[in-house]
Amino acid sequence: MKDLMFRIRKNPELYTGAVIAAVISFILIAGFLFSPYDPNAMSAAEKFAAPSVSHLLGCDNFGRDLFTRLCVGGVTTLFIALATVSIGVVFGTIVGAFTGYYGGAVDEVLMRFNDAVLAFPSILLALVFISVFGSGTFKVIISLGIVFVPSFARIVRGEYLRCRNLDYVRSARLMGAGDLRIMFVHILPNTFPVLLSSTVIGFNNAVLAEASMSFLGIGVQPPDSSLGRMLSDAQAFLFSEPSYAILTGCTIAVIVLGFSLLGEGLKKHA
Amino acid sequence: MSKMIKMLALCAVTAVALSACSGGKPDASSSITIGIPQDLEDSLDPHEAVAAGTKEILFNIYEGLLKPDETGNLVPAVASNYTISEDGKTYSFTLRDDVKFHNGQPVTAEDVKYSIEKSAGMTGAQSLISAFSNIEKVEIKDEKTVDIVLTEPDIDFPAYVANLNASIIPADNKDPKTKPVGTGPYMYVSRSPQENIILKKFDEYWGEGANITDITLKVIPNADSIVMNLNGGSVDMFARLTSTQTQQLSKNFNILEGEMNLVQAVYLNHAVEPFDNVDVCRALSYAVDVQNILDLTSDGKGFPVGSSMFPSFAKYYVDLTDTYPTDIKKAKELLASAGYPDGFSFSITVPSNYQPHIEAAQVVVEQLKKIGVTADIKLVEWNSWLSDVYSGRQYEATLIGVDASSLTASAMLDRFRSDADNNFTNYSNKEYDDLCAKVRAESSDEERTKIYKDMEKNLADNAANIYIQDMAEFVALSDKYEGYVFYPMYVQDFAKLKLKGQ
Amino acid sequence: MKTVLKKLASFIITVLLVTLFVFLAFELIPGDAATFRLGTNATPEALERLREELGLNRPFFVRYFTWLYSFFFGDMGQSLSYGVSVRSMLASKLPITITLTLMSFVMIVALSVPLGVLTSKYEDRMWARSLDALGQVTMSIPPFFLGIIIMYVFGMIIHAFTPGGFVSWQTDPVRFIGYMFFPSVAIALPKAAMSAKLLRTSILSERKLDYVRTAYSRGNSTMDVLYRHVLKNAIIPVITFLGMTLADTVAGSLVIEQVFSIPGFGRLLISSISNRDYPVVQSIIAIIAMIVIVINLIVDIMYRFMDPRMRERS
Repeated sequence: MKDLMFRIRKNPELYTGAVIAAVISFILIAGFLFSPYDPNAMSAAEKFAAPSVSHLLGCDNFGRDLFTRLCVGGVTTLFIALATVSIGVVFGTIVGAFTGYYGGAVDEVLMRFNDAVLAFPSILLALVFISVFGSGTFKVIISLGIVFVPSFARIVRGEYLRCRNLDYVRSARLMGAGDLRIMFVHILPNTFPVLLSSTVIGFNNAVLAEASMSFLGIGVQPPDSSLGRMLSDAQAFLFSEPSYAILTGCTIAVIVLGFSLLGEGLKKHA
Repeated sequence: MSKMIKMLALCAVTAVALSACSGGKPDASSSITIGIPQDLEDSLDPHEAVAAGTKEILFNIYEGLLKPDETGNLVPAVASNYTISEDGKTYSFTLRDDVKFHNGQPVTAEDVKYSIEKSAGMTGAQSLISAFSNIEKVEIKDEKTVDIVLTEPDIDFPAYVANLNASIIPADNKDPKTKPVGTGPYMYVSRSPQENIILKKFDEYWGEGANITDITLKVIPNADSIVMNLNGGSVDMFARLTSTQTQQLSKNFNILEGEMNLVQAVYLNHAVEPFDNVDVCRALSYAVDVQNILDLTSDGKGFPVGSSMFPSFAKYYVDLTDTYPTDIKKAKELLASAGYPDGFSFSITVPSNYQPHIEAAQVVVEQLKKIGVTADIKLVEWNSWLSDVYSGRQYEATLIGVDASSLTASAMLDRFRSDADNNFTNYSNKEYDDLCAKVRAESSDEERTKIYKDMEKNLADNAANIYIQDMAEFVALSDKYEGYVFYPMYVQDFAKLKLKGQ
Repeated sequence: MKTVLKKLASFIITVLLVTLFVFLAFELIPGDAATFRLGTNATPEALERLREELGLNRPFFVRYFTWLYSFFFGDMGQSLSYGVSVRSMLASKLPITITLTLMSFVMIVALSVPLGVLTSKYEDRMWARSLDALGQVTMSIPPFFLGIIIMYVFGMIIHAFTPGGFVSWQTDPVRFIGYMFFPSVAIALPKAAMSAKLLRTSILSERKLDYVRTAYSRGNSTMDVLYRHVLKNAIIPVITFLGMTLADTVAGSLVIEQVFSIPGFGRLLISSISNRDYPVVQSIIAIIAMIVIVINLIVDIMYRFMDPRMRERS
């Protein structure tokens, strides 16, 4: 018990972040799975119904249960962020591993390219991709995913550069392990601590990027809903029903708060 | 009180600023900022403008030989009168004496000949008025008289001449796309893309002329911020609001209610599967509950329609709204018999700048789910809609309002003729084409009206489109102004607006 | 000097890459300027003629370098939707986006430096800790949501400004700046919170270092040490961060413009993307890339100036 208190005090971000992230994710996923309402079922009689026992947070402009929609929108947002980061991590790791391990001309060229892309605001690149692919949930994932690759590649490359001449790698090489084996069995696990915190921070950025794009109307398209899309809808009712916009915006803010604290805590921890 | 002072101060500032640049006449200046949902992106050239939203604005800048008035009659504009020859083939227009272009030059017979020929597509570009293909030649009789000779007689011809797409522009114009010059009550001053368009009262207008001196048309493509702009006081007027938007407005606004004079429907592309199958189209029509759409999107306000004609066009309107009463069971049966027992999926393209259509589309998607049909909504920018859907016909279904650009029934109905240039739905029906041919040959007004009504029935019976409504039009006008006039067409007449007590 | 040249070279590569990338991206989209201008009903012969005229038949790289060449001499081509020169379209919008970016950047610096210093100096006080927590929450609010809240509270309830009442800088520079204030706040607050936190952490870790202890033991007063020694070193990572932030702020302003109905680059970019008006998109992206690069250069120079270690190395 005392030990736990000590650990919390030493790294309060990690624990607060973990709790907030876990609680908000749990509520959203539970609501998504178990809500008795169809998130898209419209009812003219319940337009902007006030919060009540049957509708915890009331209804939106189409008489749809707001809590259910927040959960579905939230899960969509989380899913997009997760998928985006996964693309970033997987391809970033592959690129980073090869360039970091082998070095040489390919590394030089790729990293130049990488730096160029990194210097540029990521949402703008995503916009260019969107204009090529078009809008929609999966296109957003692919666009953002590609944009996220360079930053992970850079991180992983750094770790591989550091590790490739360490003793354990040398001994593995002496024992006749192949390059691929060394790269993905020996070195890869050592990148996890750094990779983990970057993944969480990247996840957070993905949540924000998706929300911004959907808010601009070029991300998720109705009838699919994500938190950004809902916030843009809610802005039209800011005067008569401010709670719609505020609840939606706060949900995004809480998700971001939780995961950013968690990311910072993990970074400290690593 | 302090508000009053502020307003006075503001007026004084505007007056000073104006007198500084126009060198006098400080008393007559007044201005208004009008919000518009899209920039005029297609073209400022009246002969190329397609979008209703562009044309309703250009209405204030350009005029044809004739123009429609607010009661739906054709009145002389650039022409002072016209005569028709015995055989009904030659229309002889006499030009008004005192008509001037915004650049100060008087309108000549050459300008008229040039404009009509350009508009009719005789000088290159394609004509937007398909009935103009009937023009054989345009002849200058004398300085003030122009004859338009037709191949076949056409009773509707004056209505086409009054179409905005047949406006008169100077023959020596350099670039009507970017430097519009017309004869209307307002002249074009400047524009800033995606920001605004500035109009100024044309002092040498031949007619009664405008009341308000300066108009700023502010582009507000983001439907969410319209209410904010109105309540915040940066926009004085906005036409075509939703009823939810009007409910949020402060009491500084008068809400005027009218009709939009269009047919809002889910227009189906009959060239793509499964909309080439009549039963599928009928099934969808049975599945869609129009009253429910009105309840959800406009608090029940709006005028349901059952075919491509809106109620205020009373002469030609037939009530066909009960052709497809909502009937899920029947819809499912029809789908099954058409070979889609498990439904199908398609996408509805909707222009992203027009909130009422987006909202209606969301409700339609939900209603179609009940018969197992999954639709997704594809939001596109207005210009993409024009190029992909309207001209390119690359779409499955689109939810949009179609208006009448000329005061004739054929403006609504001719576009469903299988070989019409503007048949963006690719509707192809032998019987319908025959009716079109028949109505052209017919000269009795009574008979024509009857045939037009048959055409409407044909569209309804074959569920050419999923018809929804003629939308209620809500116009918010700041209580500082008055004089907004509704037309039986898709038109905004800014010239009638005035300051209260002006 | 060598490093500066090296940096410069890598910046040029960045411009080339980003513009090449955008050029390539639009190459992948079906339809070109010719089909766009003539519409879908155009005959193949007419299309071919126009392509010839516009030089669209030339090889990709020839077209790219021709574009790049004329871009640097101020000719950005013609907008497909408006038929006017892109340069004239952007000329009136660029000052808007730049003003928004600079104003928010000034706010970020003006807020974060004092906050960072104070919260680190009084790190154990209750108010410093509350400010810290508040900062943590602030940086989690997406700027566009903050924009909506500001618009609602300051525009609608307090009437501190007129929402949507944007005034162009040519009409009235004072009111223009006035209208930009609240949007800048929306962009600046979250970033200021981040940078204050970074500065605080950086000061705290710097203070633990030996040389600071030595300074204290020599009897220097706390404030003096803080300013003369600690801040000078602690600010270095913050400058890096601010450099990155400035680039981000450009992107952030594109979104905030949408919230506050400001007709700057953002709205033009988004509508041009949807309209496939690629001469406009290419030019906007290229200009933003150059802005970002110039910012990076400035940061780099400041970096050298501030950090003696870097100076020696070069």
